[in-house]
Amino acid sequence: MKKIEAIIRKSKFDETKVALHDMGVTFFSYWDVTGVGNEKEGHVYRGVSYSTADIQRRYLSIVVKDSFAQKTVDVICKTAHTGNVGDGKIFVSPIDEAYRIRTKEKGEDSLK
Amino acid sequence: MEGLLTVNNVWMMICTGLVFFMHLGFAFLEIGLTRQKNTINILFKNIFIITMGLLLYCLLGFNLMYPGEFNGFIGFAGFGLSSPLVDGSLDLAYSEGYTYWTDFLFQGMFAATAATIVSGAVAERMKLSAFMIFVIIYVGLVYPIAGSWKWGGGFLDEMGFYDFAGSTLVHSVGGWAALVAIWLLGARIGKFKDGKIGVFPGHSMPFATAGVLILWLGWFGFNGGSVLSADPELTSLTLVTTCLAAAAGGVASFIFSTMMYKNYDITMFLNGILGGLVGITAGADQMSPTDAVLIGAIAGVIIVLGVALIDKLRLDDPVGAVAVHLICGIWGTLAVGIFGNLASFDQFITQLIGVGCYAAICIVGAFLIFYILKVTIGIRVSKVEETEGLDQHEHGMDAYADFGLRQH
Repeated sequence: MKKIEAIIRKSKFDETKVALHDMGVTFFSYWDVTGVGNEKEGHVYRGVSYSTADIQRRYLSIVVKDSFAQKTVDVICKTAHTGNVGDGKIFVSPIDEAYRIRTKEKGEDSLK
Repeated sequence: MEGLLTVNNVWMMICTGLVFFMHLGFAFLEIGLTRQKNTINILFKNIFIITMGLLLYCLLGFNLMYPGEFNGFIGFAGFGLSSPLVDGSLDLAYSEGYTYWTDFLFQGMFAATAATIVSGAVAERMKLSAFMIFVIIYVGLVYPIAGSWKWGGGFLDEMGFYDFAGSTLVHSVGGWAALVAIWLLGARIGKFKDGKIGVFPGHSMPFATAGVLILWLGWFGFNGGSVLSADPELTSLTLVTTCLAAAAGGVASFIFSTMMYKNYDITMFLNGILGGLVGITAGADQMSPTDAVLIGAIAGVIIVLGVALIDKLRLDDPVGAVAVHLICGIWGTLAVGIFGNLASFDQFITQLIGVGCYAAICIVGAFLIFYILKVTIGIRVSKVEETEGLDQHEHGMDAYADFGLRQH
């Protein structure tokens, strides 16, 4: 099993969610995050301009079967892509074990 | 005759309620334009001002501001309220427009406003105890004594100085104190660093917007009630000039700030509305609709320049109180000599003298209070308190417990 963590633009979230669902990812978690990176955003507040490296993004945490991992990454790379700086990142890591609390199933069965 | 008094008095009581409602407007505007971590502190100050302000106005303010016959500079008609009686019942010949009780409450609602203006300017860094002592002295003594010079029939009234509803008597009085306070208090940590101006965006634009619209509504009573009766012509004209100035102030401020800074800044739009309202207040019953639009529009431009000027002077005014209430208050007072029925060079000079007299008493009064507080109990919270938020340290509470909004 693999955990795929993706940090993507909020504006690309809906598209990505649908694409993941269509390819067979049945569940995942997400939350809003603030990060700092190379990208800077310019703002003006009450006549004072300032720029901030604090960027708002959405963080997706997806656990899938090994055989699904590359497909999932490909789908995110495709749908969350705009080509501009700040499209985000994807991290893949191994998962030791997974359980479904209700039935106590474990391993890849618990991901169904 | 008695029927007319009843109608007048009802209108004055409605206006009293509208002015009371302005305190909610101020509270919303101030919390909207400041950071989440200081919300309770600002609410606490605003609630303290309206409650303590009313009690003080009852105890001595009313009789300091309206002492009857006096020397023109300071008079006092005794502690507490004492209704004028005729044959054991309330003297209804007290005024054609209102009863004694309405008179007290309407003026009492005004009194607290001056201190509320200061509350926004010193937000996010002033020690609560010091602020409360300031409010007691400023609302209890300085505001009513200053007010008696004009509205109480004092020397400025005899000189012909005109301030219909308080561009100077209320707004500048608060504005001068705000200016002195932010000068003695210093800027918030990080506001001016390495020659750069820092930015702390306000945490709730919906609150700020609601606050300004509530204040605008309250101004129907602030100016409409300052006719001091339900006179059909004057009250309706006053509401028209008031609303036109507010609208013109907002539009002018929005267009001017968008031209200068290339962005649509809602806070400037909102401040512009308030600037227009403060600007028209001194002459709301003397202006034609065109005059009102011009006064409001100029006030809107003044707001944008005023906010930039305050930053340039390295003074930190989180909500723009000095630009709105002091600078537009002065503009509105002088505008009485430029536009409308009273316009003349002599009137302009009289208005200028009035502005100067109020500058003197307010700067001296506010400076003495703040300076003495600064060297005794201190007026500023510690660095840790300021960084972590006044809500946590002064109040031990979270304004939005259970909401999990973004903290910063």
